[in-house]
Amino acid sequence: MLAVEDLTAGYGPVTALDGVSFTAARGQITAVLGANGAGKTTLLRTISGLVRPSRGSVRLGEHDLTTVAAERMARLGLAHVPEGRGVITELTVEENLRLGRLVRLRRVGAGDLDRAYALFPALAQRRRQSAHVLSGGERQMLVIARALMAEPTVLLLDEPSLGLAPRIVVQIFDLLASLVADDGLTVVLVEQNARSALSIADRGVVLNLGRLVVSDTAAALAGDEQLRHAYLGF
Amino acid sequence: MQQLITTVLTGLTLGMVYAAFALALVLIWRATRIVNFAQAPMAMITTYLALVLIDAGLSYWVGFAVALVSGLLLGALVERLVVRHLTGSSEINAVILTLGLFIVIHALAALVFGSRYRSFPAPFGLRGFQVGDTTIALTGFGVFTIVSVMVVMGLLVLLFRGTDLGLKMRAAAFDQEISRLLGVRVGRMLTLGWALAALVGSLSGLLIAGGGLVHPSYMDGVVVYGFVAAVLGGLESPPGAVAGGLILGLALSLVSGYVGSELVPLACLVILMAVLLVRPGGLFSHVRARRV
Repeated sequence: MLAVEDLTAGYGPVTALDGVSFTAARGQITAVLGANGAGKTTLLRTISGLVRPSRGSVRLGEHDLTTVAAERMARLGLAHVPEGRGVITELTVEENLRLGRLVRLRRVGAGDLDRAYALFPALAQRRRQSAHVLSGGERQMLVIARALMAEPTVLLLDEPSLGLAPRIVVQIFDLLASLVADDGLTVVLVEQNARSALSIADRGVVLNLGRLVVSDTAAALAGDEQLRHAYLGF
Repeated sequence: MQQLITTVLTGLTLGMVYAAFALALVLIWRATRIVNFAQAPMAMITTYLALVLIDAGLSYWVGFAVALVSGLLLGALVERLVVRHLTGSSEINAVILTLGLFIVIHALAALVFGSRYRSFPAPFGLRGFQVGDTTIALTGFGVFTIVSVMVVMGLLVLLFRGTDLGLKMRAAAFDQEISRLLGVRVGRMLTLGWALAALVGSLSGLLIAGGGLVHPSYMDGVVVYGFVAAVLGGLESPPGAVAGGLILGLALSLVSGYVGSELVPLACLVILMAVLLVRPGGLFSHVRARRV
């Protein structure tokens, strides 16, 4: 279980995140929703150690992650897929995937690559090509596949649907739902596309101007018309 | 005909030396997006270390090994103590900083080692091989130069293409944040990049010094040629740097042999301009916009 307590962070004098607390249960998808500038991305960046919190704590199981550096998070089972598809375009598709598994102590053969290609057949055809040639949807698949190579227990996903065709979004969300169901992965999903996110999430957290507005089950959030109009835009 | 062969062989040997220096520049550029103008005096210092040991009676190869290892350490040290503090500041700061290092190391070398010319030995013959009754322009030391640079380039390609460490170094060079999130210790990779570069730079220092004279500024002329060679190769790829070095060495040797040696520096800059006009990304880069 990922537990965030009173998390506060900012950039210089600007407070982007103000006393946010929530928990993401194991084997569930927790959607983080809110308008632009609500603090969603900062929340993920603070959890994964890219931004230092000025107050509050982040715990994963019995580990206190609050002061852990970003480069150690992957070893502790936390994977963060940042916004804007962090494919390293100078590397090939397969090199990107290999990069994902380097943190694992147990050396494995090509088995895990095969698993990634089975999940994302589109990547298998392009394994030797530069990641530069991938489409937006393929890039999103690659970064998710790369994050999974480390066999994380928690996956932080920042706007995976951004700029993708609805058909591709459905495909990616279906895959997420099956990963959670099959492997007990814990997912924290940041989305502007609140309707789609709530359709696969178990719980939702709504942020506004850096503060937590409400935290409830996805069904309750989707059913609250006032809240939807005020913060979720649908 | 014989003049052509002589010119080509001289050009190849010379080109390999430029290639080694270009390799050092490329390694640092790839890792930290800095053109290390201090590469020449760094290599000069390590060559002096070798010279001190050799003059003290140790074998050439002990000096050679010490120069390479001290290059490795010096590169790591410069990155950790100086370059590290530039993170996030403007690109011009890096230029000023490496130029500053250039001057400081120069001054230190003159203080410690003196500024007179000292001769540096070569491990292999400096006389051309005999083919029939003619002497060709390829010397034992020339062969050593060519082989050692090819070996270093081969090892670098193996490192970058074939190992996990090389993959991490490339990833760290291209995207620091993503690399950190994937567990790569970016700082270490950058230090290692500088260390490797300084090692290759030291090799170029030794190759240039071999059988010649060293002096605190003996490497300075190579900066321009090495830089042009690196740009010809696209500043990104180690094989590009070697190819750039060879092309430049051959071209300059032909200019020197057939036109006049006083035109060599001019020819070098003309080649640079021509390449930048036709292929701004260098001869061996797939031109591609970065910085998203």
